[in-house]
Formats: sequence, C-alpha cells, structure tokens
Amino acid sequence: MERAIFEAIKLAVTKIPDDVVKSLREAYEKEDNPVAKFNLENILKAVEIGKRERIPVCQDTGTVTFFVEAGIKSPYLREIEEVITSALEKATKEIPLRPNTLDVLTNKNVGNLPIIHWELAKGDKIRIAILPKGGGSENCSALAMLTPAESFEGVKRAVVDRVKECGGKPCPPVIIGIGIGGSADFALKLAKKALLRPVGERHKDKRIAKFEGELLEEINSIGIGPMGMGGKTTALDVKVEITYRHPASFPVGIVFQCWAHRKAFLEISANGEVRVWQ
Amino acid sequence: MAVKLRTPLTEREVLKLKAGDLVYLSGVIYTARDLAHRKLLEKAPFDLRGAVIYHCGPIVQKESGRYRIVSAGPTTSARMNRHLEKILSMGIKGIIGKGGMNPEPFKEHRAVYFAFTGGAGSLAAKSVKRVLDVYWLEELGIPEAVWVLEVEDFPLIVGIDAFGNSLYSNPR
Repeated sequence: MERAIFEAIKLAVTKIPDDVVKSLREAYEKEDNPVAKFNLENILKAVEIGKRERIPVCQDTGTVTFFVEAGIKSPYLREIEEVITSALEKATKEIPLRPNTLDVLTNKNVGNLPIIHWELAKGDKIRIAILPKGGGSENCSALAMLTPAESFEGVKRAVVDRVKECGGKPCPPVIIGIGIGGSADFALKLAKKALLRPVGERHKDKRIAKFEGELLEEINSIGIGPMGMGGKTTALDVKVEITYRHPASFPVGIVFQCWAHRKAFLEISANGEVRVWQ
Repeated sequence: MAVKLRTPLTEREVLKLKAGDLVYLSGVIYTARDLAHRKLLEKAPFDLRGAVIYHCGPIVQKESGRYRIVSAGPTTSARMNRHLEKILSMGIKGIIGKGGMNPEPFKEHRAVYFAFTGGAGSLAAKSVKRVLDVYWLEELGIPEAVWVLEVEDFPLIVGIDAFGNSLYSNPR
C-alpha cells in the first residue's frame, strides 16, 4: 500500500495529466503573442521532460494534499494516515521531492508532511485524491464573504478582481476552483476540491456550467496571459461547486492552481488491491 | 532580438537590452529566495558586482558526494520586492524570476529583470551544467539555501529593462 501511494505521488509530480496537457496545447495553438508563445512552448517542453525522465516538472512539489474518502468498513482505516505519511517521506528522498514543510516558529525545514482532509463514506473502500500544490498559486487563495444580495454577480467580481490582483504570481494559465456556500472554512475546502474535476469538463447542473463558461471567458478577456506577460490564455478552466448557505451569508472560496496541475487518484479495496489513475 | 550573454554582466550590456528581448545566459548565477535575501543583505560571502540572482528553490539530489540539480524553475519574485532596492544597490545587474517586480529600482540602478517560465523546472534544470558551491545549506535547508550554479544558454525573456519598461501589467 505504501508503494502504491509512493507511485501515485510520483505519477502526480512527474506527469501532468492528459486533460491539462490537452488544454495547454490548445492554448499554444491559438496564441499569437511571441512572449506568450515562448512561455507556452517552455511549458510543453517541461511537461515532456518530466514524463520522459520521470523527474518533477516543477521544482515546487508543493504541500502534498490528500483528500481521503474512507469507507467505514475498510480494514485499513487504522493504518492509512501512517502509511500516507511514510510514503510521502520516502517520495521526498527517492523521487526526490523538495522538502517543503517548515516549522512556523523556528523556520526549520522538517521535510514534507501531508495535509489530509478526511471524509467518511459507506462501504469498504478507501479512495484518495492527491494534490501536490505549489506555494505561488496557493498564496493567491482568497475568501470573499459576500452579502446574499451580491449573489453570482458578486462572485464574478470577486474572482475577476483577484485574478487581476495576482497577475503572473500564480503561474498562469491557471485553473480556478470556486466554492460557494457553507461556512468560511467549508467554502475554501470546496473550492480546493473543485480542482479535482477534469479540465475541460463542465458542471452537471446547466446553470453552474453556464456560469463557469462565462467566468472563464471574462478572465481570459483581461489579457494577463501566461506568466502575466500578456496573451490570450490566463485561465485554462474554472470549476465551481456549491453547497447550502446560511440566510445571512454568501461565502465564496477562491483557490488558484498553476498550469502544473498535478493530481493522482487511488482506490484501495478491502482485499488490499490498489488501483492508481490520473 | 536574441542575445547571448555571460556573467558577470556589465552596465553596457544591460543598457542594450529591451523588454521582450530573448537572452541566452551563460556563466555563474546564485539562487536566493526569502530567507537568503536577508542573509545576503547582512553579509554577502561572494562578490555581487555584475552578479545575477535567481529567485529559485531547486530540488537537489546528492549523488556520490556531488550535488545534482533535478528541477529548478523560478519562484514568485514579488515576494522579494521589499529587498529589491538594497539588493540592486549592492551592484547586482540581473535578477531571474517569474511574475515580475517593481520596475522603478531597475531603472534607478540600471539592472534588468529576466523572466523564465514558472513551473518549467524540469526544462530549467537542463540549462544547469553543474553546482559550483552552496551557502547556508545546513541553516536554511535545500530550497532556501544559496546555490551557486553554472548555467549554459539559459533561455530568458527580458521582463523589465534598465529603462523601467515592463512586460507586466500588474507587477505588485
């Protein structure tokens, strides 16, 4: 199991998923600004080198975040947290990953420790989504506590303002996750989880799908472009997730992901069988 | 325009560059990010005149006693804006990073900001020929230490030139 989690981390940091690469190629094809072309060409070259040589595409292998959906009848519940932590430790040494975990008080680097989000589920399987996320994009995360009257127009304004404010910092073209509703903490978690949906896929609710499309178009009309140096593609996609809200509140979590949108998924069956995919 | 340059950079070379030019840089560069800037400003252990600083926290592997750069893309330069004035006044002529910086100090000190593509660490590592030295590794850890790198034909775009022209619309 530790080996499978190690392999999933390695897959995530060395191979940019096909859905992301497809959207990057499309961005390259439609770009005519020479500086934007230079950046997109470098991006596509880096993707190829990472895949071919099995080395991390970006040196910032990030804070490695795990979304764990734990089936309550899984026989591995007791050990899974320990196994994730030891797999990450091994990955740091062997792949290698950049040691990215610092003690806040002493600034001492202690290697890599995971961030784990738990969710209980029915059944006997454990499903894990792995999201290694760099600091540049994470620093642009924001929470907007809108008034209910501002509604979706307010969301649009908050997101577009944040994109303008961040410029080239989050390594555009970015993928933006938005979580609407819940509470302040929950909206941000929902926004981050939204990033796990495939790039290029619209939400199954048509009204949200339409909103995602409008936001993407508006963001790409600003002209920030790859690396903030001008161009047609500022975002590859926008993902919106919603949940219920309090009558007085309209929280909006906004999470940026860089173009190096690294992710991997695995499922551990009750008999110990593991399936890994991207 | 595409130009080949070698470190240390002279003021004459820097003044010829215009925002948007492509530069192939060879020679010695020094990585430095947040904590390393504070150390460099206290006391730099090497000559900073004409030097090029790279905002980068690389992945480094030690193989049979020697360091090898695995992946080495740029980090967000805007975090280092607060040190920019002082660092350029020490004679540094070039900064490599991503995302842009305040353009004014580049104009004032006749220095240039080179951009490399953020996230393209595997590609950047191909331009690094070898690790010449490292400072404060024990104290700051791999990503924050100052790595002295020899690069060859590192492909860069002039993001901000020595006249303060910037390709960034929002370099905060």
